[in-house]
Order: sequence, then C-alpha cells, then structure tokens
Amino acid sequence: MSTTVAFEKARAEGRSALVGYLPAGYPSVDGSIAALTAMIEAGVDIVEVGLPYSDPLIDGPVIQAAVDAALRAGTTTKDVLRVVEAVAATGAPAVVMSYWNPLDRYGAAAFARDLAAAGGSGVITPDLTPDADDSWIPAAREHGLDTVFLVAPSSTPERIAMTTAACRGFVYATSVMGVTGTREQVGDAAAGLVERTKATTELPVAVGLGVSTAAQAAEIAAYADGVVAGSAFVRRLLDAADPAAGVAAVAELAADLAGGVRTR
Amino acid sequence: MPDHGHVLAAGHDDRPGRFGPYGGRYVPEALIAALDELDREYTAARQDPAFQAELTHLLTTYTGRPTPVTEAARFGEQAAHGARILLKREDLNHTGSHKINNVLGQALLTKRIGKQRVIAETGAGQHGVATATAAALMGLDCVIYMGEEDTRRQALNVARMELLGATVVPVKTGSRTLKDAINEALRDWVTNVATTNYVFGTVAGPHPFPTLVRDLQRIIGVEAREQVLELTGKLPDAVAACVGGGSNAIGIFHAFIDDADVALYGFEAGGDGVSTGRHAATITAGTPGVLHGARSYLLQDEMGQTIESHSISAGLDYPGVGPEHSWLKDIGRATYEPVDDADAMEAFRLLCRTEGIIPAIESSHALAGARRLGERLGPDATILVNLSGRGDKDVDTAAKWFGIMDESGEVAP
Repeated sequence: MSTTVAFEKARAEGRSALVGYLPAGYPSVDGSIAALTAMIEAGVDIVEVGLPYSDPLIDGPVIQAAVDAALRAGTTTKDVLRVVEAVAATGAPAVVMSYWNPLDRYGAAAFARDLAAAGGSGVITPDLTPDADDSWIPAAREHGLDTVFLVAPSSTPERIAMTTAACRGFVYATSVMGVTGTREQVGDAAAGLVERTKATTELPVAVGLGVSTAAQAAEIAAYADGVVAGSAFVRRLLDAADPAAGVAAVAELAADLAGGVRTR
Repeated sequence: MPDHGHVLAAGHDDRPGRFGPYGGRYVPEALIAALDELDREYTAARQDPAFQAELTHLLTTYTGRPTPVTEAARFGEQAAHGARILLKREDLNHTGSHKINNVLGQALLTKRIGKQRVIAETGAGQHGVATATAAALMGLDCVIYMGEEDTRRQALNVARMELLGATVVPVKTGSRTLKDAINEALRDWVTNVATTNYVFGTVAGPHPFPTLVRDLQRIIGVEAREQVLELTGKLPDAVAACVGGGSNAIGIFHAFIDDADVALYGFEAGGDGVSTGRHAATITAGTPGVLHGARSYLLQDEMGQTIESHSISAGLDYPGVGPEHSWLKDIGRATYEPVDDADAMEAFRLLCRTEGIIPAIESSHALAGARRLGERLGPDATILVNLSGRGDKDVDTAAKWFGIMDESGEVAP
C-alpha cells in the first residue's frame, strides 16, 4: 500500500492516519521487526523505520539512546532495508526516516533502488531540505518513492510553498521548535502551521514531535491528516523488562493512540 | 571581499556557502530562518562602516590587536634545521587565542539581530572562554556546551567560563567530545532559536558560518602578511597552521591565497598515528560527506556513521573540518599533513625551552609541522607559523606527558 492510499483510507473513515516511528535495530533487528509489526496490527496506519545515525541532531535523548544501542549492536543500512521489507510485507506502508549522510554514503540512486525493491514507500529526511542537495529528489522520483520534507513553525510562506512542491506522499509538520521527545503540550504553533501548509498543497499533512497520549492524538487529529508518534513508542521499548514485554507495550500504546485519532 | 582569490575561480560553485562541492546547508528546516537571518545581517554588517568601526575598536582596545610577529631564532636554529621561523602571536590576544577575533564579531552581530542569549560549543575551551568573555562584555546570557570528557581534560577553562558568568553544560552523549557538544548546541538552537544566536567556533557548520568565521579570522593573515613583508622584505616561503575545524588556519591562509609562491600547510592531529585509527586527521584520512550541516571531508565508516576522533589536543579532536579546507586540498592550493601526539609534544617542549613561550598543544602541531618544513626547505627558507593560542590551559596535560606530574596531579618525585 502507498502512503497516499493509507491517508485516503483514513479520510474515508472520517479520521486522521496514525503514523508510528521506531528505529531499525533496537532492541535487535528482529526485535524492531516484531515491534513495528505489532504496531501495525494494533492500528498504526503508516510506519516510519528509523535509520540509526551517530549524530541525530534533531532527536532527543530517548531516540538517541535507542539508535546508539542499535549502532553498537552493529545495525547496518542493509539491516534497515531488511526491516522495511519485513514490515512492508504486512501491507502497511513503510517509510524510512533518515539523516542525509548515511543515504549520501550509500548513494542516493542506490538507496532509492534498494528501498523500492524492499517495498519501501519513501523517505523522510529531517536534515535535508529540498534546496540543499540535487541528488535525492531525482533518484526518489525514478523509483516512485515519496519524498517527505519537513515544515517548521519558523518556515516562511515562501519556504513552505517550496517545500510542499517538492514533497510527495505527505508533508511532515513539526509541531514545535525543538527536538523529538514526548511533551505535556504539543504546541500552539501546530494548528497554524498546518493551516499555512494546507494553503499551498493538496497533500496530506501529518504532525509530529511530542505526541504520546490518546488525548494529544485526538487534539491534533481535529486539524491534521496524520498524527506521528515516535519517542513515546521508543520509550516503551527502553523501559521494557524484556523484548516481548516491549512489543506488548508498543502494541498497547498503538491501540490507545489509534483510539485517539478516531475521536476527533 | 571575494570568497576566493583568482586562482580558485575555476570550478567554483556560485551558490552561496559553497566551496566547490563542499559547504552548503544540511540542517533541519526549523533552523533555516535563523541561518537566513544571520546571513542577511552579516551581509549588511560587513558593509556597514559603523559596525566595522565598532569591531575594529574592540579588536584594538580590548583584544590587543595587532598581535606581533616574533622571530623564533633559537627555535629555528636548534629545532627547525636553521630555517627562519616567524611566529604570528595569536597567543597574545585577550583570552589567549585567536578565538576572540571571531566571537567579538559574532557577539556584535547578536546584538544587531536583537537577541539576548548566545550558545556555543567548545573542545579545549578556548572558544568557550572567548564566547563567555564577549557575552560578559556585552551583557548577553551565555551557555557553553562541552563534552564531558573535555570538561575533565580542561577543568581550568571550565572554571574560567563560570567565573565569567557562563553556564557550562557537560555533554554526555556519543564520544563526549567536541562533535557531541556541537550536536547539543544545535539542539538548543532548534529549541530556542527565537531568542538565541549560535556563536559557532570554527569555519565548519552550515552556511553562513564557514564564510562568516573565515572573514572574522582573516585579520590574522592580513596583519601577518604586512608584518612579514616589513620584517624580511619578502613574502614567506611557507605558512603553517594547525587544523581542527580550521579557523586559525583559514584565518592566516586567506591573505596569501593569491600569492602562488607561498606554500600553505595545514597540520592535522595525527593522535597515536594515522595508521592506528586513533587520530583526528580528517583531510588526510577522511572522505567527503555531511556532518554538522556542511559537506566536507570527515571521518566516517562505510555506512556514513561518524568515526570518533582522538588527539591529545581537545581543540583538534574533531572528526570534521571546514569545507573551504576541503576545497583548498582538492585544488591543491594547500597541503594537509598529520602530526602525531609525540611530535606535537616534542615541538611544545622545544618552543618552551628555546623561546620562553608555552604554546597551546593545538599550535604545537603547527610548530612540529614547521620543523618538518625546515628540514625540507633548508636554512634559507622563511616559515610563518600561526601560534594560535597559549598553553596555560594545557599545562596539566603537558606536565603529565613529560612526567612532571603523575596522573593524580601530584608533582612527581
């Protein structure tokens, strides 16, 4: 399934889509497959498979702890592709969330080819804006991959228009100025940013950074096409006594948040 | 002021902040507005006589510029095969290194933008101390990010920053050194960008930092070129500087780029030796990639993960390097070589004993490089060395290296 179909399906049901993030390779490669699969079975519509990176500068301590562990355990870009292949086989769209340097090192064209072959739907690039590099967008287009770029509360109207014009699949709106991590409040800026973004594009707009409860998911679902949760899922894995308990805790949170996006 | 001299024109990418294929701006969208604002204000400030006059006044009356050029005759004779060694004395700046040139300019820019808080990263502490100093002078709030490992190596500079009113945050992620301090500072900036300016310490990072910091450090080479001409009647045969991120090196190189007969040498931290894998010789042993917002040479594995660097010098212990250096390397205008810890410390010792100057361990890499150049170029050569900082902060490290103190800090019997 493509992300477009997943967003259309959610819209047909009168709700927002739920997007869930976990890094590949934590607590192990197979463990991340189990957790992402459980997430989908519990009601997540689209999964973001994180590519672990040594310098995740827009991530907070929770995600950095998990990706550092994944790297220490030897997780490779090939492993990430294997995770994508396994979760895409469930039928849900899998997009990779990756900082630019690991993709640049793999080669933009080679990564696009191998991700498409693995059944991946696209890539979210938190530190690559559309105007920063000439290599990624053509490579992704050639293989039919979504190019998901971020808009931020500080983005000017011109930059939002430039960014959404380069997006395929959906647009990722960061709800607050800051790094990933759960928050008491997801920020007053999010609704306004979604409105400004929607003025420039027909694409679905998903809101991320800080979502950890059903109430927050419901609040965002009132105005956004998608709700992204990441650190809250990772926190469940970090706190679990063993991998099986982590998978169960991820599924429980997914079900809770899936309820949230249905109570708009 | 052109971005490059005529010899660099060929193949240059015209996009702002690009040095050939290097540089650029690889950052989260949330930071773009702040980088645009900084670029805009800097472009206006560099053409504003009032801003330039204020900066010049501070550099003269507060920093102590121009710094002198000192002829190191005994060092040249005894340690550099008789070559004529001239030291550009950035160690004599207020706060003890070239870093103050940059931060005074960036602190003035912060005020011009109307922000009240500055953040900075530091490795050895020179940039942190300079930033804390400028913040105190201008009444700005100041937070310095420093790898936990470096707060231990450079405890004296931590105390200095706190005496100056700054808050020092020890960074406990990753390798707990400069690389991770930059990550934390960037995270702070993403979160607090509305009120905060990031005073970047070197010629790396996203555009406009490599250009902005280069322009503020360019005064080193401009002064040195005139001083050497006056002293010797000709240009030096070679210019030597240490390279971590590369701000002191680009600062002294830049005035000589159009002088084709002046060889430019950057000396990187070879640590335990490049062949051991424990080093910070980014240009010598790295490959092009993206780190901290710019494309440049960096130490990375086949997956694009950053490899941790190692050097006895906290100030050179960085797996990246400024993008302009990568370009100067590729076009052959500058030569970059590693100097390992042992050679740097031997040059440190020799300068202490022959000239009565205790250099920073960073600068000792350039001095070791000058010894090597003396051997290659012979006694007729004139070599200009950027003595980028003084060694007060490194006395503890050096005393342990030479066995004057034991590991606990007690004077050895």
